[in-house]
Amino acid sequence: MPDTGGRLPESKRSLWVYPLSVILFAGVLFIAVSLGSVQVSLSDTWNILLKYLFGKGNMAEIQSGAETIIAMVRLPRVLLAAMTGGALSLAGAVMQSLLKNPLADGSTLGVSSGGALGAVLSIVLGIRFSFFPELGLTLSSIAFSFLSLIFILTLTYKIDNSLSTNTIILTGVIFSMLAGSITSLLVVLSGDSLKQVVFWSMGSFSGKGWNHVILMAPVFLIGSLVIITFSKELNAFSLGEEQARYIGVDTKTVKMVLLVLVAVLIGVSVSVSGTIGFVGLVIPHITRMITGSDHRKLLPASLIVGGVFMVLTDLLSRTLLSPEEFPVGVVTSFTGAVIFIVIFYRYNNRSARKY
Amino acid sequence: MLDIQNMSVHLDHKTIVDGVTFHVDENDFFMLIGPNGAGKSTLIKAIMRIYSYKGRVLLNGREISTIRPKSLASLVGVLAQEHQPRFPHTVYEVVSLGRYAHMRGLFGMLGQKDRDKIEEALTITGMDHMADQSVLTLSGGELQRVYLAQLLAQDPSLLILDEPANHLDIKYQITMFDIIKKWSKARGKAVLAVVHDLNTAFCYGTRALLMHEGRVYAQGKVSQVLTRDNLKAVYSVDVAQWMTDLMKHWG
Repeated sequence: MPDTGGRLPESKRSLWVYPLSVILFAGVLFIAVSLGSVQVSLSDTWNILLKYLFGKGNMAEIQSGAETIIAMVRLPRVLLAAMTGGALSLAGAVMQSLLKNPLADGSTLGVSSGGALGAVLSIVLGIRFSFFPELGLTLSSIAFSFLSLIFILTLTYKIDNSLSTNTIILTGVIFSMLAGSITSLLVVLSGDSLKQVVFWSMGSFSGKGWNHVILMAPVFLIGSLVIITFSKELNAFSLGEEQARYIGVDTKTVKMVLLVLVAVLIGVSVSVSGTIGFVGLVIPHITRMITGSDHRKLLPASLIVGGVFMVLTDLLSRTLLSPEEFPVGVVTSFTGAVIFIVIFYRYNNRSARKY
Repeated sequence: MLDIQNMSVHLDHKTIVDGVTFHVDENDFFMLIGPNGAGKSTLIKAIMRIYSYKGRVLLNGREISTIRPKSLASLVGVLAQEHQPRFPHTVYEVVSLGRYAHMRGLFGMLGQKDRDKIEEALTITGMDHMADQSVLTLSGGELQRVYLAQLLAQDPSLLILDEPANHLDIKYQITMFDIIKKWSKARGKAVLAVVHDLNTAFCYGTRALLMHEGRVYAQGKVSQVLTRDNLKAVYSVDVAQWMTDLMKHWG
């Protein structure tokens, strides 16, 4: 590329990708809503969605049960999967840049372990509310995520008030072990609820409804939006914290704000769906291969790629052995690992040192 | 421009920098010299507020600790000694981050002036033909030129160089210092450079400060600071003798 004078302003390059990916995303959501253990045709799904979302649509020839299944069961579930996938991927991309560590993800911070402890505690103690059976679990998990965040950041700050990368990673790992050991103890003592605990701890969207969507949507939307406004700071952080400081980033403040946002996203995701592994680690890498490392493109793209990935893996988890379901965390880890190996292998062969 | 008065830095209850006073003015190419462990890099990091310090550090008459990071970066820029990229950013992306301190707005769109500065910096450093390449594919010398381009795009009034040519081959070293000297002279910038290579200090420096165990051993014109006796005392080796002997190999 010899003529640098003719280079397009980088923000204007390949803008068509964005509308295309949004359309693709909507298509995947639609197909995922229409597929499931009970057969509903694509046109029926379309009509039900039109009726439910916009108040019009031809409902004449549709079976009575189909509407409930599509509108009350599958639609919220698919939306939750999309938001969770997006949130985990976004959190992973942020942590990888903040810590300048390709092996980091949202769980590196330790907040997800804290959230998991809260959830398991509520299952074992059997906290339930009649109007929203899982509210106890969700609230307890959010509360524990938040307490873990405060605990981890305070401890990190006390140990080393510059909030250095190594201290954050160490505190996160140690806190995860601590929370994990208490969770294991609870699991052993849980008796009757063992299966529920195990199923939850592998992550699942089974039985989640509009209540959860309403709980998660505002946090997800605001959190993601604010994180995306920090794109250029994240670009700077991915060169290293000192370099970010040298070019003028208020590193300490930015880091603190982003850690809190990540913790909130992770906390809400865990409280809704349990601990789902691998998505936050792998999706940012896969996305980086498509968009490059510029966070102004990487972050929005991670949201979409993560959302699509999670919707598809959830679809697999509920249709593969239908009507039996298995935890989506099992599918994400398995497919994620396989996809990553394939992509990584091919990519590395194509351009030896590019990634 | 930069006025340091009685600066001390303590790390882990150890005194690394002990009562150092000096100043750097416009058009200065100020060399900070001393053996390993003399406290040079610590001093630089304290100026950039990565470590806290005692004493006064004034930039254009203002205490540096009261200047917000973004304003500070538009006045002072740093070229660090080593860079280890982990993510496949393009050369252009890395250089364009030099404009961070000058960017306005939430999403960091580059204006025409920003793009001009970036193109200029890429051209000066000879990296313009690699602008779209991933930084993970570059050699050490190329990578250091990318960060030099970032610093030039940042366009600060004071350039701080922390052993910038430490592991570059001799051609890259010369090119790099030539570029910096030409660029800063044409624009009336000040340079504060930590260097190990005494010949580089002689060639490019206008003034120098020799540090020893955290203190100022000597400062002033380069030729007055880098004397046989001073170097012998600080490095515990007769540096001048060794260099003269070396010269014999080159006939």
